[in-house]
Amino acid sequence: MSAKNKTNITAEPNKQEIFITREFDAPRELVYKAHIDPKLFVQWVGPHGYEMILESFEPVSGGKYRYVHKNKEGSEFGFHGTFHTMTEELMIQTFEFEGYAGHVSMDFMTLEELPNNRTKATIHSIFQSVADRDGIIQAGMEKGLSEGYERLDEILAKMK
Amino acid sequence: MARTPTTHDPFNAVAEPKRRQVLEALGVQELSVNEIVELLGWTQPMVSKHLGVLKQVGLVEERRVGRQRMYRVNAEKLKPIFDWVTPFEQFWNERFDRLDNVLRQIKKEN
Repeated sequence: MSAKNKTNITAEPNKQEIFITREFDAPRELVYKAHIDPKLFVQWVGPHGYEMILESFEPVSGGKYRYVHKNKEGSEFGFHGTFHTMTEELMIQTFEFEGYAGHVSMDFMTLEELPNNRTKATIHSIFQSVADRDGIIQAGMEKGLSEGYERLDEILAKMK
Repeated sequence: MARTPTTHDPFNAVAEPKRRQVLEALGVQELSVNEIVELLGWTQPMVSKHLGVLKQVGLVEERRVGRQRMYRVNAEKLKPIFDWVTPFEQFWNERFDRLDNVLRQIKKEN
């Protein structure tokens, strides 16, 4: 078994999709729980250095969500979408960054049970255009989000 | 932005997951075709095919050692490609590391 769970990202040129896979050392039930329990969800979705404000969160088929990442300077970045299907095996939802309104992507996430109480997550994101897809990879996300593992240390310290 | 065919464009060349596996293997050490065959468990023609593409776009370099050809990655050529996806990958790595912590925490509680 590998010591560290590796994130695999596949983004082929000229395509409107991204595939992300990752394994977790936890049973599927718990990985799913971390996606639908708001108290757990806020602990891992927000990037480091940003306050995570969960404005609405209805993780059931047909429900909606909206959250805001707020940085120290007070800038707010809002995201919203709807949950189309929410089951332990499959989660389908739309995703829209309000700073780039009108460009909506769709995420299909499967959770697969592996031996030894492990779980494999596969996210398939589909964008409206190749430019939208490339934009999200190149720009949007990375600014200020690469502070390394400080957040990890904080949570670990709290658990002790 | 239009892309040139696989055989000219390093970005296209690494889009194929199998070629990334070859690069990963060569990232650790210089290898011969047979050593790659053994390491990845593929057929020799398959390894040669992917090596050929990687060589053509300059991501892999070849040198002769006696009767053998040895292959290694050309780090300089590879760097811009990694730079492109790295921040995005880092974003997801950090997010998933936090999820790992949450999972560890609730595993204890259950």
